[in-house]
Amino acid sequence: MRHDHLLSAGQLTREDIEAVLDRAAELDADPGAVGDRYADTLLALCFFEPSTRTKMSFDTAMKRLGGATVDMGTVESSSVKKGESLADTVRVIEGYADGIVLRHPSEGAAKLASQFVDVPVVNAGDGAGQHPSQTLLDLYTMRERAGLDDLTVGIMGDLKYGRTVHSLAEALTNFDARMHFVSPESLRLPRSVQFDLHDAGARLREHTDLDEVLGELDVLYVTRIQRERFPDENEYQKVAGEYQIDAETLDAARDDLTVMHPLPRVDEIAPDVDDTEYAAYFAQAHNGVPVRMALLDALLGGDDAGDGAVAADGGDA
Amino acid sequence: MSDPERELRVSKIRNGTVIDHITAGQALNVLAILGIDGDEGVGVSIGMNVPSDKLGTKDVVKVEDRELSQGEVDVLSLLAPEATVNIVREFEVVDKKRVERPERVVGLLTCPNHNCITNQDEPVESAFGVVDDGVRCEFCGEIVREDIGDHLAVH
Ligand SMILES: [Zn+2]
Repeated sequence: MRHDHLLSAGQLTREDIEAVLDRAAELDADPGAVGDRYADTLLALCFFEPSTRTKMSFDTAMKRLGGATVDMGTVESSSVKKGESLADTVRVIEGYADGIVLRHPSEGAAKLASQFVDVPVVNAGDGAGQHPSQTLLDLYTMRERAGLDDLTVGIMGDLKYGRTVHSLAEALTNFDARMHFVSPESLRLPRSVQFDLHDAGARLREHTDLDEVLGELDVLYVTRIQRERFPDENEYQKVAGEYQIDAETLDAARDDLTVMHPLPRVDEIAPDVDDTEYAAYFAQAHNGVPVRMALLDALLGGDDAGDGAVAADGGDA
Repeated sequence: MSDPERELRVSKIRNGTVIDHITAGQALNVLAILGIDGDEGVGVSIGMNVPSDKLGTKDVVKVEDRELSQGEVDVLSLLAPEATVNIVREFEVVDKKRVERPERVVGLLTCPNHNCITNQDEPVESAFGVVDDGVRCEFCGEIVREDIGDHLAVH
């Protein structure tokens, strides 16, 4: 990758994505492939919002690369609670670590952080904005299951606040994908995301009913509709049930449909889907580690990694 | 400015700037952009909803003893793409500029997305890129098309 930071999926070209996914496949097959290149590398995990999975996944990825992590801890126990700005926090942490993984409740937080530090910043979720490393593992999973070209992808749930959705949709514009967005009217894709998708020439349609498209889909990407987004419980109850799937729902799907979910799920995918051939969400979560290893390798490795190592003979060096 | 009706509404100035052909209703926002609120002691005349051949109606702002920088002229374009800026010295128009849309505007607008990091007390100025028919926050991606004047940062 030719970037210093990974802030949004919009900055990723098809070449970037393929390089990371290829490298992830290599590292998945042979985690020792990087040797001891990261023995002295320290990655800071700055999570201003709780996220056990994403944090553990980066933590594991860095340690599997032979490096180490430092963890800011919870916001409650840090100086942030005392009103320190994000800009100050990351400038201090830059002095400790070689890279920063940032999760923050405000949109644009990672972009701001990147303006104050010289070490690479990875956006691990900024409010309702972006979550590009999740997108890379989503694409890795899709590629394993269905390939990435000539795909018909349905994305369902909270499309308005769903940062994984925003990143995924933008990344898919690099491929020959038809996108169907399924959501309640009140949780439609924000116009800023629509703007980028149209700008990239994406083929997309919006629906309120999964039945309209289920039979056409290669991939169905489900996200959670959050109860707290609705001012009143009745409104939530009215829509929530419409966007839940179970094994019976999927009778109308193609046999080779792949069902994905960024997890954690609550009740939008019934447990009886888990045992079907459709379910890819646990494999998807597992893929987080090799994909984040490859991403960190590209961002932290400098000139002797990234493109070079990926494009060359497979990284046995 | 030979139309007698216009002469009545907005009198001539000796030195300063006349901003003409402002989109009707935007005159006060134009003053806000220029940071003029009347406390400076400079003479300001405002014509609102003045008949115009070109726009139907338009606003006109005259500011005495003040010439606009090119930067100020650029940001005007966001509110009033048709505006013309006349620099007046000794009652004569010595320079006439058309506004031009800038590529980005920094520190001038507040992002309407309350959850945007630029609204969280961080040491950064807001920054918007200028897109086809509006502006776009460089941090959160929010697009502002209508009513850009409502998002002017307080001077
Ligand atoms: Zn913003």
